[in-house]
Amino acid sequence: MTAKTNKTVKKSAAQIFLLIASVFFLAPFIWMVSTSLKALDQVYTFPPQWIPSPFVWKNYLDAIDYIPFFTFLSNTVIITVLSTLGVVLTSPLVAYSFAKFNWKGRDTLFFITIAVMMIPGQVTMIPLFLMFAKLDWIGTSLPLIIPAFFGVPFYIFLLRQFFLGLPNELKDAARIDGAGEFRTYWQIMLPLAKSAVLAVGLFQFMAAWTDFIGPLLYLTEPDSYTLSLGLQQFQSQKGTEWGLMMAVSTMMTVPIAILYFFLQKTFIQGITFSGIKG
Amino acid sequence: MLKEKVVSEPIFPQAKAKKNKKLGDDALYGWLFASPWVIGLLVFFLIPLVSSLYFSLTTYGILQPGEFVGFQNYKDLMSDTVFWKSIYNTVYFVVFFVPLSIFFGVGLAMLLNMKVKGMSVYRTIFFLPTLVPSVAMAVLWMWLLNPGFGLVNGMLDVIGIQGPAWLGSETWSKPSLIMMSLWGIGQSVVIYLAGLNDIPQDYYEAGDIDGANWFDKMRSITLPLLTPVIFFNLVMGIIGAFQQFTLPYTMTGGRGTPADSMKFYVMYLYDNGFKFFKMGYASAMAWILFVIVIALTGIIFYTSKKWVHYQGE
Repeated sequence: MTAKTNKTVKKSAAQIFLLIASVFFLAPFIWMVSTSLKALDQVYTFPPQWIPSPFVWKNYLDAIDYIPFFTFLSNTVIITVLSTLGVVLTSPLVAYSFAKFNWKGRDTLFFITIAVMMIPGQVTMIPLFLMFAKLDWIGTSLPLIIPAFFGVPFYIFLLRQFFLGLPNELKDAARIDGAGEFRTYWQIMLPLAKSAVLAVGLFQFMAAWTDFIGPLLYLTEPDSYTLSLGLQQFQSQKGTEWGLMMAVSTMMTVPIAILYFFLQKTFIQGITFSGIKG
Repeated sequence: MLKEKVVSEPIFPQAKAKKNKKLGDDALYGWLFASPWVIGLLVFFLIPLVSSLYFSLTTYGILQPGEFVGFQNYKDLMSDTVFWKSIYNTVYFVVFFVPLSIFFGVGLAMLLNMKVKGMSVYRTIFFLPTLVPSVAMAVLWMWLLNPGFGLVNGMLDVIGIQGPAWLGSETWSKPSLIMMSLWGIGQSVVIYLAGLNDIPQDYYEAGDIDGANWFDKMRSITLPLLTPVIFFNLVMGIIGAFQQFTLPYTMTGGRGTPADSMKFYVMYLYDNGFKFFKMGYASAMAWILFVIVIALTGIIFYTSKKWVHYQGE
């Protein structure tokens, strides 16, 4: 009896803590959206008001014009989509080779692959910049896209773990049926790894969509800016247009939020897989 | 042993040939499938790694060819006050943020793990901030922490506290950054939660039978069995915290103001490489960072034998 009441008390206490925490986690979002719908004179009121009156869409229209939102959006989409394509084409292929083929040097190469994950990006940043400069790629989005087609160590590692969990019999059976190695991979093994490939694709999508330092280094012309770089540049020039900046921030976050709501399970599984089994 | 050997002895020569062919195929296709990464590893990782070490020993810059100067860059760094300031700022952030993120991350995950009503809604709420792009997050928090019209000081005003200037104050700028970074710990909450789910319920039932209270169970079951996950988050947290860049860069327009209190290590590295074009100097900074990260990770791995408990060991 006492144990049961004790449990109810504990649950209620947990519920209260969670509610308070939720307020802290949610308030910035509400504030972001609320500010984006306010007219300038209402943005600058103290104490702050939660609900815009009247609701104005002007910030969104201005942002589209001024930032220029659609140019930056299409630049971001191109980089995000192409680099994600590169990742899902190459990283599973390499991971499959590590997991399902027996070749000399495999374990050494895999060890090096794990080791390079430890290298901070800043170490390779300068030589890579100079290499891309030699190729005359500065000012283009190529440095942000092409490397993804050559494999990303973290994704290769995650996908290898997943392929290791698939039975070898499947591969052997396909071979006995006369399928070549590439067909076995493409038509049998890759579809079985769909959930892991999707998770890795999502990671890359998020990374490319939100990347800042890459575009900052390589995209020198305002026409080629991504949303992140565009917003940062706008902020440093017109740092007081809060309504407009909140509108852009909202528009940048919404696509990812939508993606999350559709692929929630993949997100959570991918993160826990990399965190627990990694 | 003997029996095995007999069995593996080829009965028909063709069988052996076939097996050799299979192994040969494996080697061929293995390398073929891995070949993009062999190129990628060389071009995007190993060659830049070695070049970077070489550059760190030169005065290389985009504008001048540079010459070999040995360890001069490293020596100069030791007497560079901004370099030390950036180390101080970065270490400050790591020392406060990483433990706090583990404390709050584990705490929230434990609350969620009590099977309260609406658990998945709470989980989504805690996870949402991790979906906000860093630049948008920086701009949002600049506005939240705006001294005159921001929400934070507005709320403080309600309870009769006059809020500080936050990002405009040398004292409060780093705590501000820690606070907003804590807003984004949803990812580790999800990992801790999965770790908690992996703890078998039997242990708690055994604890109940022994008359253990909540605190006992927490100390001898939950925390020890969560240590592998804490270990993972600790390593990733430290590596990530040392590379802090986008938030402070955006919030200070790349300047690290006020009074260099927001100049973090990678920001100063970026300044040297891409503003002052001292690429040799910046490369030396990158290698020092690399050594720090490796040393810290090594120490954590080394001590982990003492405090990380794996199930079944």
